[in-house]
Amino acid sequence: MCTGIVENTRVSGCGKGPHGWFILDHAIVAYDHPDHAQAERAVMIDLVNEAAGFESRIAVELTPQSARDLVRAILASLSRGEGDGTRARNQDVQ
Amino acid sequence: MPPLRVVRRGDVTCMNDLNVFSHEHLQVKIVSESIPIPEERLNKTCFLCSRQARSNMQQYRTDMYEGMIAETITVSGHDGTAVNAYFARPLSSGPFPGVVLIHHAPGWDEWYRETTRKFAHHGYLAISPNIYQQFGHGVPEDVAARVRAAGGVSDDDVVGDMMGSLGYLKSLPQSNGKVGIFGTCSGGRQVFLVACRTKGFDAAVDCWGGRVVMSQQDLTPKYPVAPIDYTRDLSCPLLGLFGEEDQSPSPQQVALHEQELKKYGKTFAFHMYPKAGHGFFYYNRPGYRQEQAVDGWNKVWDFFEKYLETSDKR
Repeated sequence: MCTGIVENTRVSGCGKGPHGWFILDHAIVAYDHPDHAQAERAVMIDLVNEAAGFESRIAVELTPQSARDLVRAILASLSRGEGDGTRARNQDVQ
Repeated sequence: MPPLRVVRRGDVTCMNDLNVFSHEHLQVKIVSESIPIPEERLNKTCFLCSRQARSNMQQYRTDMYEGMIAETITVSGHDGTAVNAYFARPLSSGPFPGVVLIHHAPGWDEWYRETTRKFAHHGYLAISPNIYQQFGHGVPEDVAARVRAAGGVSDDDVVGDMMGSLGYLKSLPQSNGKVGIFGTCSGGRQVFLVACRTKGFDAAVDCWGGRVVMSQQDLTPKYPVAPIDYTRDLSCPLLGLFGEEDQSPSPQQVALHEQELKKYGKTFAFHMYPKAGHGFFYYNRPGYRQEQAVDGWNKVWDFFEKYLETSDKR
């Protein structure tokens, strides 16, 4: 919590952890100094089932550029799959 | 071959001919020279000499006994709650000064346990309380993720935890009555906060603490006041170690903090290291910078020895 930059959001889906697939209901996105990634700063994402706790979370630390690339890839896949409505829906979310 | 005689600051005589390599770095004056000093060694730091010249501590010899105890204990935390703490001390009777360590954002982890033992090795009663205990137990990085999701640990709770550990150290029969406080990362910020909001610490070391300077929109119920706004109340000398490439705190934020400390006539020393970013002491992370870390640690030992009356009774 050196930067204090943390965003929380609800999510709906599944993730695969060390004990197999489980339901995800919460995502925490932070911009801070990473624990493992070889970078000064990183986007740290925890995908969580709140009932299962943080021990079973899926955690990633992405360099800022790779986080942007991932966001672009996600939006591009949504755009191709769902059409032009994706952009409007994303703006609604923001 | 006669040894070299080297004098630094007019008060330290070093008879070890290995120790002449650092004359520029330590401003060592060579008084008599019986061995030519190779050109390539002139600007190199001799840490053996550095440590010996800087310290009142007896240099370790291979025939000395040295021992410490390090264990998990329970101490009083905020609101009187019991919290786990890692405590290390030399085995002899002292007296020793104390140091409370505030762990960093990644949690109450192995680096902090090692660092607690490092302070004991250097002659301190050292304690590192788990300031994340209210969030439950688990692997440190999992607990840290839980804390991150919850928006961090509140400033009030940290202050309470530190007062509990301060009281514990002062109550020990081995205590010399002096206690310092040390922290890195978010712990560095909290060091400054605690040193301002409480009395009882004799020296404080803030290593790259971010968010000492906070904008209005960053304030939350957990962080209601930017630590810089407490500067007037700083109750002990402060040492700050920072990296020029860090963005939290940025050099500009460190400069603002420095201005505020000067404004209120506080005793402090800030060091901004070139070619270093955040966390340059952490040997297990990519931000580690060997030269800056060694120099930074020497500054920590010098500072605490000066204000905590450290002696070598290990």
